Parts: sequence; C-alpha cells; structure tokens
Amino acid sequence: MPELTKISQPHRFFLNMGPQHPSTHGVLRVLLEMDGEYIIEPQPVLGYGHRMQEKLAECRTCTAFMPNTARMDYAAALPYNHGYAALIERMAGIEVPPRAEYIRVITSELNRIASHLLWFGALLLDLGAFTPILYSFDDREQILDILEDITGSRLTYCYFRVGGVSKDIDDKFVERTRAFIKRLRQRFDIFEKLVTGNVIFINRVKGVGIIDADMCRRYGATGPVARGSGIPYDVRKNQPYSVYSEFDFDIPVGENGDSLDRYMVRMREMEQSLRIIEQALDKLPEGPYRGKIPKKIKLPAGDCCFSVEAARGELTYYLVGDGSDVPYRLKIRVPSYSNLSVLPELCRGMLLSDLVAAMGSLDLVIPEIDR
Amino acid sequence: MKNSGYFRELYVGGKSLIIGLGVTLKAFVQPIVTVQYPREKLEITPNYRGHIELVRDPETGECPCIVCGMCARACPSDCITVAGEKKEGEKKKTLTKFQLDFTKCSLCGTCVETCPKGAINYSQDYNIAGFTREEFHYDLIKRLEEKG
Repeated sequence: MPELTKISQPHRFFLNMGPQHPSTHGVLRVLLEMDGEYIIEPQPVLGYGHRMQEKLAECRTCTAFMPNTARMDYAAALPYNHGYAALIERMAGIEVPPRAEYIRVITSELNRIASHLLWFGALLLDLGAFTPILYSFDDREQILDILEDITGSRLTYCYFRVGGVSKDIDDKFVERTRAFIKRLRQRFDIFEKLVTGNVIFINRVKGVGIIDADMCRRYGATGPVARGSGIPYDVRKNQPYSVYSEFDFDIPVGENGDSLDRYMVRMREMEQSLRIIEQALDKLPEGPYRGKIPKKIKLPAGDCCFSVEAARGELTYYLVGDGSDVPYRLKIRVPSYSNLSVLPELCRGMLLSDLVAAMGSLDLVIPEIDR
Repeated sequence: MKNSGYFRELYVGGKSLIIGLGVTLKAFVQPIVTVQYPREKLEITPNYRGHIELVRDPETGECPCIVCGMCARACPSDCITVAGEKKEGEKKKTLTKFQLDFTKCSLCGTCVETCPKGAINYSQDYNIAGFTREEFHYDLIKRLEEKG
C-alpha cells in the first residue's frame, strides 16, 4: 500500500473512497492515488466485513452452516443456500425430490431478479439518477412479498434444507408469481423508456470500463461481467445443476465489454429468468418437497465441489470431509472477489466519476468478498 | 458538418428526456404504492418467521414441551437454553426454564422443525428494538403466561 508521506509530486494526492461511501455499497474502501480528476492507481482495501465464515463452517455440523450462507450475499441469498444444500447432498449422496428442485429453481430465479433490480436502482443512484431506484424497488418489493410468504424472511433466507426445502409452495404462490411475471414484463418497457433510452445514461456508461475477454480470463471474472465481455459462460448452461437442463433459456452476451454491455446483459438476464420461472411453474411436479435424510449426516472422507450461478457469477463451494458430520475445511469461491480484482487494471487512468460507473456495473457485494 | 451532429444529438437527447419524463408523469397520477409506516402498517404474512415462542396445546391448554432438548441441540448458534425437572407423581418432566438469546439467533427455523411435539412456533413480532443486550434474552415461559 502506498504511504501518504511518499508523494513526490505536489499535485498528486490520495483519496479514500469508502469504507462508508454511497457507491461502494457496504464497507469497501478504495484507496485512490489521484492526479487532479484522474486516477493514477486505485487499490481496493478489503476486510472490513470479515466474519470468518469459512472457519465458522469448520466448527459446526454441516447442516448448521446453512443460515450463514445467506449472510454472505444478502442481495441474492437463495443461490447461496442452493449451492450449499446441493454440495452436502452430493457429498452425502442424498436424493432430492423433483418438486423440491423445481421450487429451488423458481425461488432462486426470483431472487436473482430481485438482486438485479436492486443493482439496477443502485447503479443509477450512483450515477446521480434518483428516480429509477424507486421504480425498481416497487417491483423488488413484490418479489420480497412473494418470497416472504413462503420462506418467512425478506432478505437473508434460510429456506433450503439438505434434501429439499423447508416449506412447500401453494397455489397462492404460483398465482402471485404468474401475476408478477406479467407485471414485470410491462415494467421492462418503463425501464427502457426511463433509463436505457436516456442519452445522459448512455453517455455516462458507453465505452467506460472496457473489460475484454482476455482480461476476464486472467482475473477469473464470471457472471454478467464475463458475459458482458462476450464470453457465453453460465454455470446453469455449461454444467447444468438441479433441473436447469430442462428449461429453454438463452445466455445474453455483450460485445464490447463496457459498462453499458454489462448493464444490458443484466437487463436481458432478468427476462430470461422470467422465462425459466414460467416454464418451471408449468412443469411443476407433484410430490414431496423434502426427501428423507438421515438424522445425522455423515460426510465421507474426501473432497467435493459444487458450483452454482449466483446473481453475480460463479459461486463454488469446496468441502473436505473427514468422516464426521463436521466439515474439515470449506472453501467458498465467491464471484464478487474475482470481479473486484479487475478494478485496479480497469480503472487506471480513468476519471473519478467514471470509476463510479465502472465499479457500479461490476455489481459488487462487499460482505460476500470479505465473508 | 460538426454543427449538424450537435443539433442531432440535442434533438435525440431532448426526445429521450421527454420520454423519460413522460414515465414519471404517468406514475405521478397513479395510485400511491407506499404507506406511511409508523401510522399505517401493512399486514404481515402469517408465514413470517419471527423469533420463536412456546405454544399451547389447543386441547389441554398446556405447553406440550417434554424438555427433550432437541431444539437446543439443533440450534446452530446455541441460543436456546432448556431446563426441566421431574415432579413427584408425574411421569413427564416439567419445563422450568426456556431461555432464548435472540441476539445470537439467525432465524433459520431448525428448532421449530426438530421439535417432536410442536411446542415452539414463530412469533409475528417484527419491530423489535431495545437498548441493552439483556432485553433480547427472552424468557419464553414468562411470555407464554403473559399471553394467557
């Protein structure tokens, strides 16, 4: 880390962006070496929200770690639940009833849309447009209401269980979700008119923060960041888990890899998520929502890995078991960490106001990075 | 040539702004979606998972807890303390202490699921505030008695 006393040129200065800055969303601190309005060297400083989640997993039974998974990415907690539940199921060889898998997919996709709507509002808030977040929160609220009715909580869900889900969905849920799909499709038109077609917005994000495909590969960026750069990589398609292989959906990709492309990818991804939910609701099988699991789940000695597509990219759980019911080691590969590591190379030589646009389009969730 | 591009941009930009303003104007005359929270309250879904509470058996009117301690063992954060004693002439143990440390609870619901007798359930309390840590150490037996 550069020291403040080492500045040789008088016009250069250091600027602390965060840890409590409106556009760092959480407790990310970016130390910026500035030359006037231009950034010479941005350096993210992490660890303000570190809660040693990986270590916590080693001190409790494997099923007891479930509520912690939701605390990492609070904006899209259900994919995190999903990944962990599926990991334990794969390791212990537990079968999940098909209905439970469908419920998992439906709720995860709803959560993904909620997360993207939150990002949509927050990005524009960072760019100085206050109105869009009010519209997106109106829709997000609908999702939270639907999910609250079955999961019992609004943000940090602990809905999935090893072997299924904790509560079955009912006709009311199906009805409300269908109504929501119809509603959101109309709302996309509003977003298009209000934001995507707005010339001020376009000028702020077009050509800003260009990440090419090679850079994505070097840093391991995944999710909408990689897809915005033209890499059609999506865990749901490339190594389908759960019942994703049964649905027909596209992976939207961008061309230039700038902030606008990442924005467009996320907006189109929401439409695809709606398609998945619609198909899943049509195909929803009858049956139990929770499989039979042994009272004490013993993890066999050895290791196991499971990847899911979280709202921000590829999330991987890697678990090493030693024959007991407590994991020996749990490694969590979070998408935001890799996506953030792009930042220094991406933002060197950029205007300070462009940094906000570039960083906002990465959709960082800091508690997930620090975990 | 340079000027014509400038005016074109001005036209396209101005048009996009007016379209955007049209959206907000439309929303301006639509019904209000927010509520004035402390004065107006939305109904909470009955499936809401608040902190846990003891429930009474509708037939006997007694709490069906048998002090097996399954909930305390299942809790990931060790926030439940259960104690009971065996009174003379009775077959079952009687519950004497059921303490919930809500500061540590992560609302996962494992305790409710593991209870073999269905003695605990979620409460509907959502607007909880306090000044001290001890205010969140709930004595659930006392709460059950207060509820009547």
